Amino acid sequence: MRAEKNNIFYGVDWILIILYIALVGFGWMNIYAATTNDVNSEVLDFSTKYGKQLLWIILCVPLIIFILFFNSKFYEKFASILYLIGILSLVGLFVFGKNINGAQSWYAFGSVSLQPSEFAKAFTALAVAKLLSDRQYNLKLIKNQIKAFIIIFLPAILIALQPDLGSVLVYLSFFFVLNREGLTLNYIIFGSIAIVLFLLTLLFGPIAIIFMVFGLLSILVVYFLKKHKGYLKFNWHKVLGIYLIFGLYIFSSGYIFNNVFEQHQRDRFEILLGISKDTKKIGYNTNQSLQAISSGGGFGKGFLQGERTQGDFVPEQHTDYIFSTVGEEWGFLGSSLVIILFMLLLYRIIYLAETHKNKFGRIYGYGLASILFFHVIINIGMVIQLLPTVGIPLPFFSYGGSSLWGFTLLLFIFIKLDANKSYDW
Amino acid sequence: MKRSSLLYFFITLAGLILIGRLFQLQVINGADLDPNHNAAVKVIYDYPERGYIYDRNGKLLVANQLSYDVMVVPNEVEPLDTIEFCNLLKIDLDYFKRKYKTAKNYSPWLPSVFLKQLAKEDFAFLQEKLHKFKGFYIQKRNIRNYPISSAANVLGYISKVNELEAKNNPNFQQGELIGSSGVEKSYDSILRGIKGKKFLHRNRLNKIIGKYKDGEYDTLAVNGQDITLTIDSELQQYGELLMSGKRGGIVAIEPKTGEILALISSPTYNPNMMVGRQRAYNSTILMDEKNLDKPIYDRSLQATYPPGSPFKLINALIGLQEGVIDENSAVYCYGGYRYGPRKGAFQKCHCDIFGGPIRLHTAISKSCNSYFSTTYRKIIDNAETASVGMDIWSNHVKSFGLGNYLGYDLPSGQKGLIPDGNYYDSRYKYSWGPTTNISNAIGQGEVLTTPIQLANVTAAIANKGYFFTPHILKKSNDKNIINTEYILPKKTTIDPKYFDPIIEGMHEVFKTGTGKWSNIKGIDIVGKTGTSENFTIINGVRKQLRDHSILIAFAPKDDPKIAIAVFVENGGYGSTIAAPITSLLIEKYLNKKITGNNRKWIENNMINLSLRDIYNQKEIIPKTTLKD
Repeated sequence: MRAEKNNIFYGVDWILIILYIALVGFGWMNIYAATTNDVNSEVLDFSTKYGKQLLWIILCVPLIIFILFFNSKFYEKFASILYLIGILSLVGLFVFGKNINGAQSWYAFGSVSLQPSEFAKAFTALAVAKLLSDRQYNLKLIKNQIKAFIIIFLPAILIALQPDLGSVLVYLSFFFVLNREGLTLNYIIFGSIAIVLFLLTLLFGPIAIIFMVFGLLSILVVYFLKKHKGYLKFNWHKVLGIYLIFGLYIFSSGYIFNNVFEQHQRDRFEILLGISKDTKKIGYNTNQSLQAISSGGGFGKGFLQGERTQGDFVPEQHTDYIFSTVGEEWGFLGSSLVIILFMLLLYRIIYLAETHKNKFGRIYGYGLASILFFHVIINIGMVIQLLPTVGIPLPFFSYGGSSLWGFTLLLFIFIKLDANKSYDW
Repeated sequence: MKRSSLLYFFITLAGLILIGRLFQLQVINGADLDPNHNAAVKVIYDYPERGYIYDRNGKLLVANQLSYDVMVVPNEVEPLDTIEFCNLLKIDLDYFKRKYKTAKNYSPWLPSVFLKQLAKEDFAFLQEKLHKFKGFYIQKRNIRNYPISSAANVLGYISKVNELEAKNNPNFQQGELIGSSGVEKSYDSILRGIKGKKFLHRNRLNKIIGKYKDGEYDTLAVNGQDITLTIDSELQQYGELLMSGKRGGIVAIEPKTGEILALISSPTYNPNMMVGRQRAYNSTILMDEKNLDKPIYDRSLQATYPPGSPFKLINALIGLQEGVIDENSAVYCYGGYRYGPRKGAFQKCHCDIFGGPIRLHTAISKSCNSYFSTTYRKIIDNAETASVGMDIWSNHVKSFGLGNYLGYDLPSGQKGLIPDGNYYDSRYKYSWGPTTNISNAIGQGEVLTTPIQLANVTAAIANKGYFFTPHILKKSNDKNIINTEYILPKKTTIDPKYFDPIIEGMHEVFKTGTGKWSNIKGIDIVGKTGTSENFTIINGVRKQLRDHSILIAFAPKDDPKIAIAVFVENGGYGSTIAAPITSLLIEKYLNKKITGNNRKWIENNMINLSLRDIYNQKEIIPKTTLKD
C-alpha cells in the first residue's frame, strides 16, 4: 500500500496520457511548420516561437509531476480556495493587467506573459464539482440552480469585461455538466431556440419572424385548446404572456444586434450568414485559412511543404488558426485524424468519469470534457468557416504557455482524481 | 436513456459535422495543385522572340526590336518623391495619379503597365535610377520593326491583349502582345512561339522565398517561327508608289500556285507608325471613321465594287458553256441595247460599231454592251423560268470563287454579292426576267466583287478553268506549306476549251482594243478594261461621280506568270488609269525594270497623278499629319 501511494503515477489512465502526448507532440510539429522560416534552423532556438513552445512543453513535465503529487482529496478540499484565487487573479487584471490586442487579459513578467483566464477554467470546474457533489444538493431546486449559475458566470462576466468574448463562450459548456447532474434539458432547449430565433431575426428581420412565430404559435394554441376546452377562460393571461415574451425577445434581438453589438461583430455575423458581401476583407483570416485547408486535398502537401503556411498567408496561424496548418500540410487524412484523436480523448474522459463512485470526480470530469469539447468545436468550426470568428485556442495545439499549461492543469487534475478513485468512499 | 448520453451524442454529432465539412473542403473542392492559380506562387514569364517575316525572295519585312515598359505593382510601392519620379519618366503628375489609380483598381498585387515603350535612349539611365522607387520595375518586351515601309495592310500589327481576350483564353496574360490584323493575326500562333514559365514561391508580402517545388513546373521559352510570305516586296512597293494620290486596290496572283504576289490597298501607311509610343496617337488618325481615306481599311480585300466590263468575260464563258452562243454568234449594236418597250429601257454602248455584225472576239476587244446583254438574256431565258435561269447562271459565276469568301489566310474580307433566283424572288413581288436586271450582264446591277476576287477570276482564266485558293503564306520555318486547301486546284464549271476564244479576245484588247496604249514590247499581255459607275449622296442628293477605273490582265499569254486586278476609285475609264498601272506592274514583275522613254513617261505620269480633287468632292478630309 505504501509503495503504491508513493508512486505518483500509480493508477493513472495511460490511454489519456498517450492521447495527451500525441496531441501535444503533433501540435508542436504544426507550430514548427507554421512559424519556421528557414528549413535548416535549430530546433532548440528559443528566440523562435516553436522554440518557446518546446520550452513550455518541456516545462510541462515538472508541472505534471507537481499536479500528480497532490492526492485527489487535496483538490476536493481546496477547491473553493483555488476558485477564489482564480477570481482574484481575474479581478487583479483590471488593476495590474497589460492590454494586448485590445483586451486586458494578461499579466506581464518581463518577457513572459500569463493569461489567468486559462487557469480559471480549471478552478471553476473544481468549484462546480465541489458544490454539486454535496449530498444535500439537489439541482432541481431553483435556489441551488442559481448558486451553480453564479459560480459559473462570475468568472465568465469578469472575462467578458476584459473583453474576451471567446473565452466566455466556453463557460456555456458547463450546461452539459449541470445537465448530467440533473438539470433539466429545458434550459438547453430554450437556449437553442433563443439562438436560432436570434439568427433568424438577423436573416429575415424582426417583422417577418414575428409573423412566422406568431403563426406557428397560433396553430399550436388552437390545437391545444381543442384538446383542453375551457382552458382559455381561466388561463388566457398565460397564453397572452407567451406571445408577449416571444415578441419582446425577437424585437430585442434586433435591437441588441444593431445597437449593442459592435460593428466588427455585426460584420462577422452578417458575413457568415451571407447577408453582406465581404468587400472590406473582414473575413480575410478565415478566407485565407479556408484556402490553405482546401488546398491540402486528401493527403496534404507534406510536412513543411505547404506553401501557404510557409508563405505566412494565414494570419494568426500559430495561435487561433493553427488547424489550417494541419489542413494544408496533412490534408483530409491528417485533419480528420486530429478530430478523431480529440473525440477519443473526450470519450475516454466521459467513460472514466462515469466510473467514479464519488460525484466530485464525475462532475469534474464532465467539466473537463465539456470545456475541451467547446474549445475544439469552436476553434475548428471557426477555422473551417462553420462558425463566426471567435478567438479561442485549440487545446494542446495553439501556441502559448498559459494555454498549454491551463489545459495540462485541467486534464491532469482529472487524471489524478481518476487515479485515486479506488480510494473513494 | 442515460444522462451521459447527451454529451456523447453531441461530441459524435459535432465530430461528424466537422469531418464532413473537411471532406467538402479538401476532397470535393480539392487540392489546388495547379501552380498557375496558386496565390502563394508567382509566375514569371519569359517571352521568346517573335518570328520574323520575309518576302518570297528572302527580303526581311518584319523584324523585332526591344522595347521597355515601366511596370508597377501598387502594393509594393512605397512613399516616393513624385516630382522626381515624374521628371525622370518625363510624365506629368496627372498622368502618374491616373495610371496609379487604374493599376490599383485592376489589382493591388499584380503588375500593370505604367508607362509603355520607353525611348531607347532612356532605358539604360532609368534602369539604374529605378531601384530607388520600390514597386516599379522595367519589363523587357519585343516589339516589331519594319525595315521596309510597305505592305502595312498585309503584315498587320500587334497589340496588347485586352481584359476580355485574357478572360476568354487562359493562355494569354493581360498586356501580352498578340497579332490583331493581317498576317500577324492569321499566323499568330506560329509567330509567337511559347512563353517560358518560372514558378517562384512567394509569401504574403509578395517577397520571393524560393523556387516553387524546386522548379519542377518550370518550362523553357520556345522561339517563334519565321514565316515567308508569297509577296514580292519590290512589286508591292512599286504598286504602292503607282497608287499614290489614288484610292483603290491591286491584287496580283501567280496563277499556277495561287500565291499572292502583291496585295495593295491605297491609301496605305508606314507600318512603323503602329509601333512604339506614338502608336496611340497615330491609330486614332488611321482608324478615324469620318476619314474616307481610311488607310487601315484594306480595299484589296474588303472593298466591294461593281466589277464592270471584266465581268462580261464570265458571262461569255457561261454563254459558251450553256450553248446559247458560240464564236460565230453575231449581234448588231446600234449605240446600245433595247431591253424593254419603255423609253428608258435602253442600255447605252460605246463600242462604236454601228450596223455591222459583232462577234465574240470583237465584242470583247471593243467591250460591246449590246453583245453581252444579249448573251446574258439568252442564258437566263434558256431555262424554264427566270428564277431557274438565274440559279444556273449564279452557280457558274460562283464557281469562280465569287459571291463568297475565298478562304484565303488573311483575317479580313467580304463575300461580295452574286444574286440568284431566290434573291430576286424575295425582292420582286411582280414577275421579273433578265431584262429586270440586265445590268448584271455588263458587271453592274447587283453584282459586287472585291479586287482579290477579281484577281482570282483572272487567274482562273489564265489557267483555263481552274484556280488555287489565293494565299499569302509561302513557307513556315523554311518549309513549304502543305495545307491541301491551298495546294489542290479548284475547278470552275466551264470547260477548258471555251477559254481559248476568250483569251484571244483579251489579247486583242491590248493589241487594238481599249488597252492598246498600255501595250508592252515583247510581252503578250492579255486582259480586259472596265469602268463601273458609282454614286454618292452629297447633301441629301444622289450624285453620280466619275466612274471607277478597272482592269484585269495576265501575262504572258502563253505560260502565264502573273494575274492581276486593278481598281482605281473614280479613275475614269479603265484604259485611262487602271490599264497603264497594270502594264507597268507586269513589266516590272517580268522584266524587273521599265525600259523605253515612252514607258518611263507613262510611269512618271502615273506616280504623280492625284485624284485628290475628286475625292475632296466626296467629303472634307481632316487636315492631320501622322507622327513619325
